[in-house]
Amino acid sequence: MKYADEFRDRDLAKSIALGIRQEAHPGRTYNLMEFCGGHTHAIFRYGVKDLMPENVRFVHGPGCPVCVLPVRRLDDAVEIAERHGVILCTYGDMMRVPGTKQRSLIRAKADGADIRMVYSTMDALKIARDNPGRQVVFFAIGFETTTPPTAVAIKQARKEGLSNFSVFCNHVLTPSAIGHILASPEVRDLGTVRIDGFLGPSHVSSVIGSEPYEFFAEEFGKPVVIAGFEPLDVMQSTLMLIRQINEGRHHVENEYTRVVTREGNLKAQDLVSKVFELRQSFEWRGLGKVPYSALKIRKDFAEFDAEKRFEVSEKVSREVKSCECPAILRGVKKPTDCKLFGTVCTPDNPMGSCMVSSEGACAAYWTYGRYRDKARSPRREVAA
Amino acid sequence: MCLAIPAKVTELLDDAMAIVALEGIKKKISTALVEDLSVGDYVLVHVGYALHKVSPEEASRTLSLMAEAGVLQEELEEIAETSK
Ligand code: SF4
Repeated sequence: MKYADEFRDRDLAKSIALGIRQEAHPGRTYNLMEFCGGHTHAIFRYGVKDLMPENVRFVHGPGCPVCVLPVRRLDDAVEIAERHGVILCTYGDMMRVPGTKQRSLIRAKADGADIRMVYSTMDALKIARDNPGRQVVFFAIGFETTTPPTAVAIKQARKEGLSNFSVFCNHVLTPSAIGHILASPEVRDLGTVRIDGFLGPSHVSSVIGSEPYEFFAEEFGKPVVIAGFEPLDVMQSTLMLIRQINEGRHHVENEYTRVVTREGNLKAQDLVSKVFELRQSFEWRGLGKVPYSALKIRKDFAEFDAEKRFEVSEKVSREVKSCECPAILRGVKKPTDCKLFGTVCTPDNPMGSCMVSSEGACAAYWTYGRYRDKARSPRREVAA
Repeated sequence: MCLAIPAKVTELLDDAMAIVALEGIKKKISTALVEDLSVGDYVLVHVGYALHKVSPEEASRTLSLMAEAGVLQEELEEIAETSK
């Protein structure tokens, strides 16, 4: 396992860390937003954070699809399941996210709604085939990586003439969200930390390519480095960002060339554009309404659109008061700034979406931050 | 849900499907999103779909990191649990 060793190589990690220390000017701060929850996870799990000098900071972005889904859409899914008596299928991550009045899919299921966890859209199709007398709805969430599988399922459903299958589409687009973080007046009003550069998402970029980021690197004058998920990737990408910032450049650079190309996966992109089109506007938890940031099912495939097939009532959706997820998803606050963090709100009893998915900033803080601090203190005592 | 696991293609089936070997588990996945796949190739598997091809080196690197981080087991359990 030569390569594996290379990528966990502590000497290599140390030498990149040293490079970062040498190249980061002490007189300035570098606020780097990792958009993708996978990076947040790597930064915490491998202690990348601890290897950084004081003035190099990671700002955790909104890159976890579970965390950014507004409560309203979740409430709608619960309603579709309960009021219309369908079989609602979804990825496991969605099950425990609290909706209005703490109601989650898992609670609705306990109360008798037919909600099933699936690993793949193919499993949802199978459920539809096996239950011809029932309506089966796939509750679709995710960024550009889960969108192509949803597109394939819709095309497959048409091919098979599966008239009892439809999709409740909540697929969102990464580049528009990053652009919005930089541009929106609401975000400015709320106050944001300055962002000097972005660690671009890895798997999302493998599908859409690095090209879509070129526009906003240009437009907003911020550097972007597409970064792999391994801890050394994150560190190397951080160094590349620091160099760009020091040199006053703002380009898209690709650290993850072993997987990501400029064009991305054209076959997947083609499928997605056949089945989906842009929504004019979509609400993101934490970011509010973001223009052209999500996809809906094209008219041509309207018969598979759950939004057309099932009505939902106009009800009021509410997040838990004092949950700071919105501010955390914008990078304005840290999980530890939330009153509920670690007391009322834990991964076993999440109050907000950032605590549910292991890629959420609150869950990462809870799992790694706390235990890291605990594990450290005895050693400090020994040293003292 | 955002994780993708590398796996080796062991058999190509009709209808853009394939069998992959995943840490001892055999799993049927869709290859509708990748071009020109052959037996022996490594692919990143994400929610039951091959997302793209990866080199064997990249595959082994990712797998060992996932194993070390303890996420591989969780992910495999989820696959086993939800694919019955
Ligand atoms: S700790 Fe819980 S309540 Fe507080 S912001 Fe995070 S998810 Fe919301």
